[in-house]
Order: sequence, then structure tokens, then C-alpha cells
Amino acid sequence: MQTNKNVVLHVADVHKHFGGLHALSDIDLQVKEGETHAIIGPNGAGKSTLLNVIIGRLAPSSGAVVFDGNVLTGRKPHEINQLGVARVFQTPEIFADLSVIQNVMTPAFAKRDGAFKINMFSAVENERAIREEAEHMLEDVGLIDRRETHAGALSRGDKRRLELAMCLIQKPRLLLLDEPTAGMSRHDTNTTIELLKKIKSRGMTKVIIEHDMHVVFSLADKITVLAGGRIIAEGAPDEVRGDQRVQEAYLGGAH
Amino acid sequence: MSNFMSRKDLTLFLGFAAVVLLLPILATPFGAAYPDLLQRFMIFGIFAVGFNILFGLTGYLSFGHAAFFGVGSYAAMWSFKLLSLNAIPAILFAVVMSGLFAVAVGYVSLRRSGIYFSILTLAFAQMSYNLAYSVLTPITNGETGLRMTLSDPRVIDGLFTSASGAPVPSLFGMSLSGWNGFYFTAIFLLATFFLSMRISNSPFGMMLKGIKSNQNRMNYTGFNTRPYTLTAFIISGMLAGLAGSLLVVTDPLAGAERMQWTASGEVVLMTILGGVGTLVGPVIGAWLIKYFENIFSSFNDNVLNNFYSFLPDGLREVVVAVSGKFVGEGWHLSLGLLFVLIVVFLPGGIMEGVRRIGARFGHMRKGSKSSARVGATAAVG
Repeated sequence: MQTNKNVVLHVADVHKHFGGLHALSDIDLQVKEGETHAIIGPNGAGKSTLLNVIIGRLAPSSGAVVFDGNVLTGRKPHEINQLGVARVFQTPEIFADLSVIQNVMTPAFAKRDGAFKINMFSAVENERAIREEAEHMLEDVGLIDRRETHAGALSRGDKRRLELAMCLIQKPRLLLLDEPTAGMSRHDTNTTIELLKKIKSRGMTKVIIEHDMHVVFSLADKITVLAGGRIIAEGAPDEVRGDQRVQEAYLGGAH
Repeated sequence: MSNFMSRKDLTLFLGFAAVVLLLPILATPFGAAYPDLLQRFMIFGIFAVGFNILFGLTGYLSFGHAAFFGVGSYAAMWSFKLLSLNAIPAILFAVVMSGLFAVAVGYVSLRRSGIYFSILTLAFAQMSYNLAYSVLTPITNGETGLRMTLSDPRVIDGLFTSASGAPVPSLFGMSLSGWNGFYFTAIFLLATFFLSMRISNSPFGMMLKGIKSNQNRMNYTGFNTRPYTLTAFIISGMLAGLAGSLLVVTDPLAGAERMQWTASGEVVLMTILGGVGTLVGPVIGAWLIKYFENIFSSFNDNVLNNFYSFLPDGLREVVVAVSGKFVGEGWHLSLGLLFVLIVVFLPGGIMEGVRRIGARFGHMRKGSKSSARVGATAAVG
């Protein structure tokens, strides 16, 4: 058992039931600084419920989620973000009516100015520092050539890159990814994995919910396997791959 | 100046100011160059520009903005009655009162978005209208409307001079009727337009556009969106109050019908007609609707007969009879058809038409070079 010192996210003994249905039972999960922690499991295992509990969208029936010493349960989405948690959605959530560069500048303003500021007497075009930061970010994700394009006109894969850029520009302490390659072509999946590997080298803590094994085994340092709302295995990718219970419950003997 | 406003913005503002200030000349060929109408152009331009900050930038469609217009009118009238005939305190009082009213209505209505927000604002406006019409008669003078009388106290004016003659609003003793009134209201339209430009180009304006585009993402990006929407609501409510007070300055009668839902609907039409979310569009929409209301409605068969005098007699009678249905009493028919045509063919309003024409000219000038680039981008995308 490691000390709590480098644990960034602690899901402490969480239960969640909807009426008689136990969606999550006895979930205890620790994510350490700099780690990429994947949560996998078959459909209906409770992955999305767990993510929604972590992000504060669902209140656990008992237990708590602690991030960096702060209880997240009961906080609003913007408060959780201001604590340093960014989220990538299953379907990319971007500002379709704004240009690509404005999409990336907006989160930078949230980081600099906080949750609310009436800054109506300066001009966006004079915010050079934020624009430069956004341009660097777009270079990183390979969207710099599209900076003045309307974000709504981007391809699915590019929207995902943009959403990642919007999260990364805030330099979050924890990045939550909800099936980041869902509904993507093989090509887009591979470019997204490459991008996530690139981010990984910077030591950002990530929690990734995924059902695509290819994605999980190329990225994760640690894997937690859910089935029927319970954790059935946890460990490094190789350990999990060899685990008998995981094979039965999830991999279905395919390996 | 360059740090505060880009060259492009400065050009737009100066161009707009030139058109507004030269309107007495520019409107002459259209038969619209008389002060009463041009004052209304200015006043409803302010109303529409303010409304656009909420609807166009933030994406919240209010169906009750006439309530703030009406509150501004009544507040200005009470300032004329109780304090002074000077227009400045009346306008300040009106803006403050409509701002306070907007805080209350916005605080409740902004708990919902989309159609529910629209219905809530409509409900508040209709409540205000009915209160003004009946229960609040001591304040609003009911269906007769509130006007000034010789016996009003006017405590500030009483300190300096003794009342003489019929009371009319003024600016430190200067008359505000006729062309003076036009230039007085024009200054306020220019100031409102400037404010709207500043907001639209500021980080604050970008946040409002973000809320319109994807409020969920705004929340997960760390923004508390409620104070942003409330601020936009209050600003647009105060500008509606400003417009309402200016109408009382130029035409000293405040009536409840200004708060009715048709008046709220009119500002929605103005904004959509001109171009939602654009800077100039709402002003053009307001001018167009006021032009139709005042000029088209005054055309009668005599005017039409003169207009078609080049046609042979029999044909002229038929043409006059047909087009007579679209003018005079039937001006709503022309406006309605225009509205349908614009919404169907130019969903972005008149400004989208302007942009398309501009793009076509730009295209012709640049020639094949830009079309090759468009083709390349399309191939990459």
C-alpha cells in the first residue's frame, strides 16, 4: 500500500444505486500523480456511472470522491474544473459556432480570469499572450492550419483533437477521458492514440474510460476492470490481461 | 486608440456614425426625412441593438423586452413630473429603474433556457402590461396613459424658475423637439452601437458567444454561466429602458400598450430581419420596420395613381387595385411577405445578403486564385 501523498484522485468506498439496481458497489480507487489509469469493463459494468460520480454529475448513494484534498461530491461542473479537472466527452463538446482558435482561447480565459469576470472593455485581439498560447496548443495537436476555420466544419477526428487542445491549454491536474475514440475510424483512432501518448510523456494524470482494448493496452499504466458494478481486477496491463476472472467476465476467452 | 479599437472597428463605427448623422439627407429620396420618424429610427435602433446583446450574442430569446421599454417610459415620465423637465435625470432614472426590473425578471427567467425562458419572459411582460393597465393605475394612469400637467410639482425646476407655459422636455433649457430631438437621440444610438461593438469584441462577448454555442462545454470549461447571462440580460434591459425614456422625451406620453406582447414581438422581428448576432443588422431591421409602419401605411390610391401614371388607364386601375392591398392599411401584408422571404432565403437576415454580395464582389476581384484555394481546402477537408 502506497502512502496517500501522491494520490491525486481517491474514489472512496462509493456505492450508487438507482432504486433496487446496484450500479456501483464498494468502489475504491486511487489514481496516482502522473499515471494513466484506464477503467474498462463490458457494457453495463458501471463505467459511465462511475465517471459521472467522479465529475459530480451524479451524487453517490454513499462514499465520496476526493481530488487533491477537495471533496468533489456536490460541487458544480465549473467549480470542479477550476480545481484542475478537465473532461473530454464521448461526443466531442466544442463551440461549433466559434473559430478553432477561439475554441482554444476560451478555456485559457477561464484559467486566467476564473469562473466569472466582466472584461468587456478589452479586445480579444489585444490578448496576445492568450492567443500565442492557443497557437502553440494548436501546433501541438496539429490544427494550426485550421485556426480560422469554424469549428463545426471540422471532421470528427479533428473535433476530438480540438477538444483535447481545449482541455490541455488549462494544464489540468487531472484529465478525464470518456471513450475518446468512440465512433472513430481506425485512422482517427490511431492519430488520437498518438496524440494521447504524446500528452502522456508530459506526466499529466489521466483517467480513461474505454472499451477498445487496443487503445487501453497502448496507453494505460494501470487498469481497473469493472463488472456488474464491482471492481473485479486491478493492476498493470500485463497482470490484468493474464487474470483468470477478467478473461471470464470480460475478455470472454478471446485471448 | 489602436490598442483600444482596431482599424476595422474604427472604420465600421465612423461609417455607421456618418450614415446616422447624414440620415436627414440620405432619407430624403425615400420620403422619410422628417424628425418624428428619424427619432423613431434612432430609438428603436437602440432597442434592437440592446435586444441583440441578449438574443444575438447569448442566444436567449426574450419575448418580453417591451416590459423594460415600458418601465423606462413610465420612469422618465415620473422624473419629468416630479423632478425636472431636463431629459438627463429622466433618462438616468429610467435606465436605473429598468435595470432593477431586469435584475428581478432575469434572475427568475434565466433559471431556464430555450422555449421555457421565452415563455417566462413573455409571462412577466404580460403581467407588467396588465398591471400597468389596471391595478397600477395610480402610477400609470391606466388606459389614458401618463402625461405631464401644469400642476406637477417638479421640485428641482421649482428651485430655479417659476413654471410658465405648457411643460415640454428639454436639455438644460434647450428644446428637444424637431431636429434637436433627432440629434439628441442619434447620440444615444451611436453610444449604444459603440457599447455593442465593445462587448462583441471583448473576452466577455466571446464568453457570451460560447454560451450560445455550447453552454455545457462552458460549464465544464470552468465558467459560471449564470452571472454572464444575467449581465447580458440586465444590459439589454437597461438599453430597452433607455429607448423607452427617449420615446417619452420626444413624444411625452407613456401608455401601457408599449408593454404589450406585440411590442415585444416587434423587436424580435427587427433583429431577425436585419441579422441576428450582427452589429449593424438590428439597426437596419428596426429602420425597415419603422419605415414600413410609417411610410408604407400612409400610401393611398392617389399616391399609387401618381406612381403608376405612366401606365394606360385600364391597366393602371388594375395595378393600383392590386398593389393597394399591400400599402396603406395593408402594410402588414408587405412586411409579412418580406419577413417570410428573408427568413426562407436569407436565414442570417439582410446582413447575410450584404455579406453574400460582398463575397461575390471579392471573388470577382481576386479571380481564379481564390477559387483554386477554396478547391484545395475542400479537397483537404
